[in-house]
Amino acid sequence: MNPSLIDYTLHLADNALIIGHRNSEWCGHGPVLEQDIAISNIALDFIGQARNFYQYAAELAGNNATEDTLAFLRDVPEYKNVLITELPNGDWAQTTLRQFLFSTYQYYFYQQLQNSSDTRLAAIAAKSLKEVTYHLRWSSEWVIRLGDGTEESKQRLLTAVDELWNFTGELFLPAAYETALMQEDIGVDLSIIREQWHQKVQEVFAEATIQIPEKSWAQQGGKTGIHTEHLGYILAEMQFLQRAYPGAEW
Amino acid sequence: MKQYIKKYYYGDYGEGKNGAADISTSGSSKQEWPLWEVFIRSKQGLDHKHVGSLHAADAQMAIENARDVYTRRNEGISIWVVESKYIHASNPDEADALYDPANDKAYRHPTFYDLPDELTHI
Repeated sequence: MNPSLIDYTLHLADNALIIGHRNSEWCGHGPVLEQDIAISNIALDFIGQARNFYQYAAELAGNNATEDTLAFLRDVPEYKNVLITELPNGDWAQTTLRQFLFSTYQYYFYQQLQNSSDTRLAAIAAKSLKEVTYHLRWSSEWVIRLGDGTEESKQRLLTAVDELWNFTGELFLPAAYETALMQEDIGVDLSIIREQWHQKVQEVFAEATIQIPEKSWAQQGGKTGIHTEHLGYILAEMQFLQRAYPGAEW
Repeated sequence: MKQYIKKYYYGDYGEGKNGAADISTSGSSKQEWPLWEVFIRSKQGLDHKHVGSLHAADAQMAIENARDVYTRRNEGISIWVVESKYIHASNPDEADALYDPANDKAYRHPTFYDLPDELTHI
């Protein structure tokens, strides 16, 4: 058993679950019906990705772990998602910008993970990449529309950039389990993705007529279980039923 | 002889005086996205079929919205969208003049021939 591999798989699962949960909060609240459905679809894609990773992690972990126990019975310090996924949705600009920044990262990440020597991770990456390609297209469109839109939409986008930028650095700062797996040809080399990510973000920002911020300080901790106060609220809502009524089914 | 032709748009009927052009329900001056008609081809070789309509700011967004609204459950492999205002429709008030003449002329249908049993698919 490779403990780094379990952590790595959980990290990927948690990323997908938490951003999926955040996006699902828009369900019934989207700005227009069509976009409400779009973001709910994206949320469901993420839940699908999360399930694939959790199932694999449960097999690796053994000890009667299941995808459900991993999702519903771990507390904040055991969650390994990057902080940007757990931030509140804010307005539509903040949600779509977060999706763009994260999907760009996921797009290049999964591209590399497809070549992992771990065939299971490679297969999940190949399957997820198709979904992420669409998420990237959809979210890029919104960043461009809002940035190159009205005065108000641009201002909202700029506020969102300001809000989120400090959380992008963490994506590329490897935790110990990532470094370990990279050396085993299982994990992805984040330094390569960083370049690709930066270039893509630059392209889309240019089309959106906005600038990449100069600041480079990165808030981090999520990958090793040190979270913002927001994750606790997400888990409280998500886990309430299983905590209050253990094993409940319907 | 010059005939007065009124231009009818698809969806013009039964939506108050402004028809499809006026899709705001709140009565505010808020600008709404135009309406688009969506056509989906479910399989290679089949025709695109009208499946419904949606709102979108432009053609690209209309395609993406159509993908999300109408192909979530594997319904299609190809999408066409067209802004509803470009679809011209026949006027229901003229239904009698347009369709009634065809109703009582059974001889327009080739149903009076005796066909040999061997012939199928006719």
